[in-house]
Amino acid sequence: MPLDIIVCVKHVPETAEAELKIDATGKGIEKAGLVFDINEWDDYALEEAVRIKEKFGGTVTAITVGPEDSESTLRKCLARGADKAIRLTDPKFAGSDAYATAKILYNVIKNLHFDLILTGAQAGDDGSAAVGPVLAELLGIPHATMVKKIEFSNGKAIVNRELEGGLEERLEVKLPALFAVQTGINEPRYVSIMGIRKAMQKEVKVMGLADIGLSENDVGEAGSWLRIERLYIPPVEKQAEFLKGSPDEIATKIVEILKSRGLI
Amino acid sequence: MTEIFVLAEHRQGQLRDITFEMLTKARELAEKTNAEPVAVILGKNVGEHAKNLAEHAKKVLLVEDEKLENFNSEAYQKVLSHLIKEHKPLLTITGHTSYGVELAPRLAVALNIPLATDCIELAFEGDAFTVTRQMYGGKVNVKAMLRKAESYMVTVRQAAFQAQKPPTPLNGQIVEVPSPLTEEITTKRFLEYVLPPPGGVDITAAEVLVGIGRGIKDQGNIPMVEELAKMLGGVLACSRPIVDKGWLPSDRQVGTSGKTVKPKLYIALGISGAFQHVLGMKNSDLIIAVNKDPKAPIFSFSDYGVVEDLFKVVPVLKNKISELKAQKA
Repeated sequence: MPLDIIVCVKHVPETAEAELKIDATGKGIEKAGLVFDINEWDDYALEEAVRIKEKFGGTVTAITVGPEDSESTLRKCLARGADKAIRLTDPKFAGSDAYATAKILYNVIKNLHFDLILTGAQAGDDGSAAVGPVLAELLGIPHATMVKKIEFSNGKAIVNRELEGGLEERLEVKLPALFAVQTGINEPRYVSIMGIRKAMQKEVKVMGLADIGLSENDVGEAGSWLRIERLYIPPVEKQAEFLKGSPDEIATKIVEILKSRGLI
Repeated sequence: MTEIFVLAEHRQGQLRDITFEMLTKARELAEKTNAEPVAVILGKNVGEHAKNLAEHAKKVLLVEDEKLENFNSEAYQKVLSHLIKEHKPLLTITGHTSYGVELAPRLAVALNIPLATDCIELAFEGDAFTVTRQMYGGKVNVKAMLRKAESYMVTVRQAAFQAQKPPTPLNGQIVEVPSPLTEEITTKRFLEYVLPPPGGVDITAAEVLVGIGRGIKDQGNIPMVEELAKMLGGVLACSRPIVDKGWLPSDRQVGTSGKTVKPKLYIALGISGAFQHVLGMKNSDLIIAVNKDPKAPIFSFSDYGVVEDLFKVVPVLKNKISELKAQKA
């Protein structure tokens, strides 16, 4: 049972260890100096797609909505085993929220053949966790989010979804379907030098607003549910008392605290 | 009178805490907008829950059906579409939980209602509806306005609002609504719950936890911190990425998708402080965090913070503890 799989990926800044500054518009962050890569959740989605293809045959097509630099994320997908890549790009797409982004994806994907669509459960930048389910609704196919395991049986998918507190639920979902993948579903592979070389030769299809048959009112801020008013650094709930000094001085202070609390 | 809907969340016979957090916020918003807070509960044999909800809302819409026994977003979507079309609530609040993220986006598209997800604040300001959300793992807050509409929808983050009982029970009217589900849902079926594999360590029972996150860098560094945990009479816990990488079993995970802990001491090493993790440990008696990034959100939840490389601090700390123990012995 070969499966044609579409994976939706996003090119996002790595911010876990970076200090972020709000930009002059107050509606974004300063991007200079940040390293961009494939969204962490999408990395697992791509790996899962490639594993399914390796097991059952079929194709993997990676799609992203993003400017030219997001090409590197698509190249990474190709190097990992995706067969085709499509980049949807247009200045008018700027300011698109999850809803507008899903509409952009929908207008391309509705014309492609697929048995399965995989997305990450959320994106590390905006954290909406909504593009996948919105896309599924637009396409009229069933979906599951927070997916931790995918199996196939009699043309149907059996998936485990993560619930709270370590609990999961198993669902049977008819194909074609969309699954939003949670981290930890697999272990994403490293890319081989061979893979990178091959990927450089593959074509990345680029499409804009007019190519996908949408108007500018469908995308960007005009086509979105949400309009950002301002960004700000969150106020602190409880500010830690910072222990300063050399590692030795810090360790001494920690020991004093633990002693005073009767913890050692 | 216009209404504010709260979708009650329940699982395996229990109403979940988020339900009461949402109802508290709904009552506050209802007061400001001259609306009525309405709890909506879907399920099978959930009449007792409806009675409980009635104390917290002016009205409870109760839909009972065999087909609603376990959560299925497609069944829920059909029923809620029916209720929302009929009642046209000003706002529908669901949890940004495994259920809410599955349900709300599709429902919003189907009904053409603007949606904001993972909200930590909600407000009606003049004729605008605004929300506050977070971006970049909690490092930035965003205030956003929803496209103007008659009806809005949100998912709200767990523990963003503190659950409070109304001063006097509201004794809301329970309205039984006949189920609009006419046929079986065949595209998506609930099969069973899967429990986590029984683990060797119960981190919820430990008085001291040393939690590790991405900052630990490599699996080979784990024995070094595990030793610290043992020296303090505690055990090693971790944030999600460590379990995802397979470096520690899932029973060591602290957070919304893992365990909620409340030890006497929680030392967070190389943990940035994503809210999913913080919700699992913020009620610890004493929290000490070590992280290289001075802006790491974890410091907003800690008693003491150390802005330093954990690999510089932990070895020295272990030596000091050893010395102290040697003196005592």
